[in-house]
Amino acid sequence: MSADNRETILQASGLVMQFGGLRAVNNFDLTLKKGDLAGLIGPNGAGKTTVFNMITGVYTPTAGKIEFGDQEITGLEPFRINQMGIARTFQNIRLFPTLTVLDNVRIAYHPHAGYSMMDGILHNKKFQVKERELTERAQEFLSVFNLQDRQGEIASSLPYGEQRRLEIARALAAEPRLLLLDEPAAGMNPNESVALMDLIHFIRDRFKLTILLIEHQMRVVMGICEHITVMDFGEVIARGNPTEIQANTRVVEAYLGPGAAALSEKFRRKK
Amino acid sequence: MFKKIDRNKLIFFGGLIGFYLVIQVLQLMGIVTSFLSTILSMGTVLAIVSLGLNLIYGFNGQFSLGQWGFYAIGAYSAADITYRWSNNQDTSALLVLLFSVILVGGAIMILYRTLSRLRGLDALSAFVIYLLATFGFVFLSIKLGGLLTPAMNSALGALPEWLSFTIVYILAVLIAGLVAAEISFLFGLPVLTLGSDYFGIATLGFSIIVKVLLDNSDTLLGFEEMKGARGMIGIPKVDDWGWFAVFAFFMIVVVVTRNLLHSSFGRAIISVREDEIAAKAMGIDVGFYKTLTFVIGSLFAGLAGGLYAHVNAFLHPDTFNFIRSFDPLIVVVLGGLGSMTGTIFASYAYLLVVEWLLRQILPPGFENWRFVVFPVILLIMMLLKPNGLFGNFEMPFLRQLLPPLKKKPAAEAAAAPQEAAQ
Amino acid sequence: MNSTHTFLSTPPFIESLIKKKILGKLMLILLAAVVVWRMGTALVENPSLFLQQVINGLQLGFVYALIALGYTMVYGIVRLINFAHGDVFMVGAFMSFYAISRLQLHTWPSKLFPNMNSMLSVGIGSITVVILSMIVCALMAITIERVAYKPLRSAARISALITAIGVSFFLEYFGALPFVFSANYITYKRPFEVTTWVANGEGVQTLARGIEVPANSVIFSNIAVLIIVASIILMVLLQYTVTRTKIGKAMRAVAYDKQTAQLMGINVNMIISITFAIGAALAGAAGMLYAIAFPQVVFWMGIIPGLKSFVAAVLGGIGSIPGALVGALIMGQAETLSAAYISTPMRDAIAFSILIIVLLVRPTGIFGEATREKA
Repeated sequence: MSADNRETILQASGLVMQFGGLRAVNNFDLTLKKGDLAGLIGPNGAGKTTVFNMITGVYTPTAGKIEFGDQEITGLEPFRINQMGIARTFQNIRLFPTLTVLDNVRIAYHPHAGYSMMDGILHNKKFQVKERELTERAQEFLSVFNLQDRQGEIASSLPYGEQRRLEIARALAAEPRLLLLDEPAAGMNPNESVALMDLIHFIRDRFKLTILLIEHQMRVVMGICEHITVMDFGEVIARGNPTEIQANTRVVEAYLGPGAAALSEKFRRKK
Repeated sequence: MFKKIDRNKLIFFGGLIGFYLVIQVLQLMGIVTSFLSTILSMGTVLAIVSLGLNLIYGFNGQFSLGQWGFYAIGAYSAADITYRWSNNQDTSALLVLLFSVILVGGAIMILYRTLSRLRGLDALSAFVIYLLATFGFVFLSIKLGGLLTPAMNSALGALPEWLSFTIVYILAVLIAGLVAAEISFLFGLPVLTLGSDYFGIATLGFSIIVKVLLDNSDTLLGFEEMKGARGMIGIPKVDDWGWFAVFAFFMIVVVVTRNLLHSSFGRAIISVREDEIAAKAMGIDVGFYKTLTFVIGSLFAGLAGGLYAHVNAFLHPDTFNFIRSFDPLIVVVLGGLGSMTGTIFASYAYLLVVEWLLRQILPPGFENWRFVVFPVILLIMMLLKPNGLFGNFEMPFLRQLLPPLKKKPAAEAAAAPQEAAQ
Repeated sequence: MNSTHTFLSTPPFIESLIKKKILGKLMLILLAAVVVWRMGTALVENPSLFLQQVINGLQLGFVYALIALGYTMVYGIVRLINFAHGDVFMVGAFMSFYAISRLQLHTWPSKLFPNMNSMLSVGIGSITVVILSMIVCALMAITIERVAYKPLRSAARISALITAIGVSFFLEYFGALPFVFSANYITYKRPFEVTTWVANGEGVQTLARGIEVPANSVIFSNIAVLIIVASIILMVLLQYTVTRTKIGKAMRAVAYDKQTAQLMGINVNMIISITFAIGAALAGAAGMLYAIAFPQVVFWMGIIPGLKSFVAAVLGGIGSIPGALVGALIMGQAETLSAAYISTPMRDAIAFSILIIVLLVRPTGIFGEATREKA
């Protein structure tokens, strides 16, 4: 690996998450540099979402330390971590179901609203100016995801793919520096996945983000991620770029079972 | 565009003022009997409590059964202030409560800022700190109030009677609201961490505790004039302009609620109802917004209580028992959760049906069938309209308009009408 | 534009104190210490009086337990706070009242078999009365469930709750009508004579009528024995039904996941009806026991015991059967002990204060399962 002098944005070291007798995550380390597009993969139940939950403050790690930029965020409340600049999406979409598409995005923009509650109650000049700014900003985010014509619709009435996109739009509206995407391509057909990959690339460059994503569709992961961390049974079993990971026997065995690596090697040779 | 928005405003305020004037004229003509106008006042009071509950339950999703307790607190504190003034020319209650409300309120605000900067402080410990601060400042206010009472007595006594009473009355109602709000903050802080159903049960418990305390207000609490379970008499009735005061407060409450809900803060409040985890992940301080909504809702309940005390001029703990605490809940659900229009309509409809219509249509001798017929109506309503009469419909002024899309960002930005301007 | 929140830098020992939630714990410990001290001095000063209160509390607690089971089972299975349950209890009390005073149902064995042992005949007669009021209550609960709750099962939970409040009002005020139960207090006639025993250092003796209770002794009556024994029998039966029988298994399955239970071939509607019926039957029995202990019936008598039992169910962890028993026993003790040693008029307030404090420590009650929402 070449020397990398980009700024470190996220540093997780020695994370452990214990649920009663179950050690869901054990000794997890991860370093993200500014502008990274990294992937976190592993079989079901490997502890990927638990890692996300620890980074975003949903769970407090049993042991270990998470640093974001130069601040330690271990065990902070989720809303605070979000306000510091980490936004996420959820594996099983969690929109605000009975609100409009626009309001979903505007809520995420709330910490940046820029007026006080008194302004809100009085509906004074400041409120009107700021509220207009906020709404325009939200509409901008919607148009990035081609949802601007849907702004008045109720979020839960959108088709599945658009709900996924709306969730990413909402996460972006929080103006994060680090974006965590939990299975963004789940349930998408191949065409939609390809479009999504382009979109993820695009938002990283446009909003100058660092992105960490969990994904099961290997086409997506291998297609866009520059670094991949592989987990199995709560432990990191491999790190590297897509080609390294594809060749790693431990990874193949984690997905397909012991002995599978040899088998796949055989197939490869046959070809 | 702005004209249209102004028209909604005009229709709304014009309608309210027109409604007020029509009632006033009808009262003068004797068509609206004093019984009916009492029901109207009570309906308005109930609407204020219910708007508070709708904010808490309908918009924030916290199932509170405690609003009736805050209503009782408001009623008794306002009544005590005006009672002492109009019967004994004594401002001690006014001063002590005024100082307590200001000092405790200020302390809470400063402490909230400080404590939120401590890492990992749990709700119960924070509660202890607030509680100690409250005790300290209330004690201080009692001393301070006692010191300043004679001066205040003579100062207010020098004013013409109608003016001094008006000042005391308005202050009493405001203080009633703030007392309820601050108590709700103290109570809500630890209890709001509970799950929704458990929160409801704990708040129901709060109502019952308040009712029991009021039953023994003369013995355990030491307020002779409240007369415990015998009921408090001698509260000055605000007759001539009482209805105006009630209506004015009602309008303020409606406008404040609406403006709040149509701001970013309102959206934050609603997001908590929609999905707490998602709201947290989107940077919404869920605990703060739960507390905020609970406090605002209880502030309304306290205001309503203060108004009620002077409409009725008689307070009895049985008015505040837990069975009646379902009244605002029934109103809010019947009107439609999350619909201010529905809540306002249902408040009047509820009292008109129970107190007036059923008395009118039931044959003589069947008066006690009222409460047999009413639950049946309630059942039928729930079966036919499980989402309430209005669902989530709002009348134009209360409705949030969808901001139009801006096709070309720069050019039309200035001209683009915003819902913000409503 | 990310807002950075600066935390106060606190010395490490303060930080560790905060992490240990020290202030909240201190307050709770202080409260507990005051209560323990008060009870302890009461016990030392006058042990027999204290024991007397405990026995009275036990008697009350077991009645509450029977009612609380209905709340807890219904909540466990349909997530509904069945506010009408207390009024079912009231109807149970009235049914037994009519069966005893009007129909003389408790005397049928002695009429049919005049030379039967009197105790046995009264026992069989009373059991008949209990079974009658249990059946009436169960049928009523099934009707209520079918008419009022079932149509709302797919609607928001609050609609069903409002309906439950409506049903509660209806039962009360319909009962208050002059030709139903009337709005008056009615004296309840017990199906058997009360026997009181005195227990002290000299052993247990029967207390004859009109004789003063000797000092330093505890009295208890056959009513207390009856209530405790009957409640235990009913609860054992219930526990057996829920854990060992097919219906109980189905109930637990429905409580866990209605849809899946339906797919497994369980008749969910029937199971829900059965749950309501069992809960109501227990409340019916409790109604009779309560009326025997406090021989007066009136249309609103269900409100306060209903509320207390509901609190008991929540205290123990709503949805849990042993929790209901434990919660109810705590409620019974809290009521009698606080009436005796703290403040009689405040006892309802104290009951709720205990509930709120317990919920703050264990947010889902003593035996409640912690639910963690998955992100």
